[in-house]
Amino acid sequence: MSAARESWLMRQQKKFEKNTLLLLIGILVVVAIGGIIEIVPLFYLKNTIEKVDGMRPYTPLELAGQQIYVSEGCHVCHSQMIRPLRDEVERYGHYSLAAESMYDHPFLWGSKRTGPDLARVGGKYSDEWQLQHLIDPRSVVPQSIMPPYAFLAGRPLDLSTLQDEMRALKAEGVPYTDAMIASAPADAAAQADPDSEFETMQAVYDGIAGRKGSVQIRNFDGQPGPPSEMDALIAYLQMLGTLVDFSTYQADDLKNQR
Amino acid sequence: MTVATSSRGSIDGSTFVVGFLTFCVLLFAILGVANAADWAFRVHAWMFLIAAFAGMAFLLGWHESGAAFPRFDPTYYEEGVVKAGIIATMFWGIAGFLVGLVIALQLTWPNLFYFPDFGWTNFGRMRPLHTSAVIFAFGGNALICTSFYVVQRTCRTRLAGGMWPWFVFWGYQLFIVIAGTGYLMGVTQSKEYAEPEWYADIWLAIVWVTYLGVFVATLLKRREPHIYVANWFYLAFIVTIAMLHIINNLSLPANLFGSKSFSLASGVQSALIQWWYGHNAVGFFLTAGFLAMMYYFIPKRADRPVWSYRLSIVHFWSLIFIYIWAGPHHLHYTALPQWAQTLGMTFSIMLWMPSWGGMINGLMTLSGAWDKLRTDPVLRMLVVSVAFYGMATFEGPVMSVREVNALSHYTDWGIGHVHSGALGWVGFVTFGAMYCLTQWVWKREKLYSTALVEWHFWIASLGVVLYITSMWVSGIMEGLMWRAYNQFGFLEYSFIETVSAKHVEYIVRAAGGGLYLTGALIMIYNLVRTARGDVPVEDRRRSSQPPTLQPAE
Repeated sequence: MSAARESWLMRQQKKFEKNTLLLLIGILVVVAIGGIIEIVPLFYLKNTIEKVDGMRPYTPLELAGQQIYVSEGCHVCHSQMIRPLRDEVERYGHYSLAAESMYDHPFLWGSKRTGPDLARVGGKYSDEWQLQHLIDPRSVVPQSIMPPYAFLAGRPLDLSTLQDEMRALKAEGVPYTDAMIASAPADAAAQADPDSEFETMQAVYDGIAGRKGSVQIRNFDGQPGPPSEMDALIAYLQMLGTLVDFSTYQADDLKNQR
Repeated sequence: MTVATSSRGSIDGSTFVVGFLTFCVLLFAILGVANAADWAFRVHAWMFLIAAFAGMAFLLGWHESGAAFPRFDPTYYEEGVVKAGIIATMFWGIAGFLVGLVIALQLTWPNLFYFPDFGWTNFGRMRPLHTSAVIFAFGGNALICTSFYVVQRTCRTRLAGGMWPWFVFWGYQLFIVIAGTGYLMGVTQSKEYAEPEWYADIWLAIVWVTYLGVFVATLLKRREPHIYVANWFYLAFIVTIAMLHIINNLSLPANLFGSKSFSLASGVQSALIQWWYGHNAVGFFLTAGFLAMMYYFIPKRADRPVWSYRLSIVHFWSLIFIYIWAGPHHLHYTALPQWAQTLGMTFSIMLWMPSWGGMINGLMTLSGAWDKLRTDPVLRMLVVSVAFYGMATFEGPVMSVREVNALSHYTDWGIGHVHSGALGWVGFVTFGAMYCLTQWVWKREKLYSTALVEWHFWIASLGVVLYITSMWVSGIMEGLMWRAYNQFGFLEYSFIETVSAKHVEYIVRAAGGGLYLTGALIMIYNLVRTARGDVPVEDRRRSSQPPTLQPAE
């Protein structure tokens, strides 16, 4: 019936299984195809990331907070990706946009919700609640299974690595300027101290966001003195999901349909 | 017998190059210790320094010890590195299972092992320690050691590269230690199953490309016209993991002497690259490599040929082609463009067929030898692993359907799914292979105790069943609770109610994990007694019985 065709296929197979390098090359070609077709277009299709108002790179304090978030593995239990499903939108807020993680190297969407989604946790709870919850989660949510993070409260934030980190991010396309990098340690301290000269720093980041009030200036952990790791983490959490201006975002616009 | 002995002083080429490479590592490590920008990097630089120093001392001592027998004698198989691999596999297996049990208990009783003043043992740091220990340390060592054994036997030639296989072995252990200690210190890239930072990634890339070189060089000098099917799978696993690892870990260190780096891609692009990697860590590390084990150890143990040569060809090429597309099903309903999600889902469903083709080929290899399942618990372990493989590769395509994924994603169902693959398939096929290998490389007629293998089999099976059923229940329950509405049209449950609802299932899960660990401990005892050459229990019992008259048959 199809004996001739089969034997041709078999002959091809024989070539591969008798020649190591041919087999190696064959495997490489076969496994390369899927990845190329799926990944490469994401870098050139313009509608992969929506055009939105309000996104800006993270302030030095928020960036430091994000590094603590990663380092402690918060993303292991908390997603930052609200799906466009009725219950999720009602529970967490507007579904997440690709634009909202465009400055995350890498993304922190997560894959498991042992705890709730944090994509829009910013502004949902007070700084005092966040602080108390991080120090002793079960003191505010008795059934919580979250680990305690009291050690962050006492630990002064290391400002010495910030400039290196922002330089690397700038090289990868995050719109930090040399001036922003130069003033990063001072800016980080200023954001956690309402009595400082924070106006310049606030104006710079608000300028990129295109609106006022995108940078929250507070003493996040309530402790005097230089910023702690707790300050940075709470500043990051309070920023999450607050940047994009949804009053100008047209979800139904054809160019936002992907 | 007189054999040409290499005299003291004439240095073997591969040993020299390995020594030189180790020396270079030593120099880099000294630079790292001196210039470290953060304390975690300094700790890791010290680890590299100590490892390189120990490596050089060992190489020198080994070289000076003289040659009682020819080194890297091509007329013998290299079995030392296989023995070391068995020990490493079982050691890291116990470590990984134990950490898994600890974090399962932490999720059940959150005051266990949590210290408000230290973050070392917090779930966020311990979870990657568990996943890396079981996947890369336990699974990786099993893959390296069985591939080294299988490629020699099926090519009827000694492992190529002289000292290089040992470099692969010890280099890989160093990577594991660097990665694991990094998580505990908070050093992570955050990408699942690719958490180690840039310098650990570079080191692994060097070790892995060496591994590929050793494997290919051994295939090249084979004394068989054909390359055996198990070796296709090993080769696909090694070369694809090299590609995935290198591309997914492209990143820019903030400081050449610091532990922090940022991935080149961001946001949505980094998400797809990560899950292209992540799903194929499953597809090539945890599937293709372990299918290679299936294709060698089941026919060997059952003493039957592989059921269908033609099926293995179709199964091989279709599996490796289709698997690579499946990644986007981890990103359903996210900000990833829908065309990519749909592609991922389509290929995931197609993947069901080659997966079951492999399962059928493995199971049907028992044709004519099914009776051995009754008497040989090792073979039963291997066969049950293939059954779990079939189950997990059916569940996977189901969960990859967008509508099912809407319920299952983010829940414990995903945890249950990976564990039916990990405990049932990867774990059992590895246990089966390790029972075989221990007996074979230590040249023992039989295992120390078949009864203990029976105990291991049943305890571990019960553990797996408890684990996956409890996660099905808790996963589907929390998924349904998250989307439940009350009669007034409001969400019925707060998030914390869905957390406390899972408490009983978490207890059952921890019990399942505890049983699985217990089984592995029994196995280690059995393997140690076997390797030591102790008289098998069954023989001892038989010899102590008085001779009795046997009825004529």
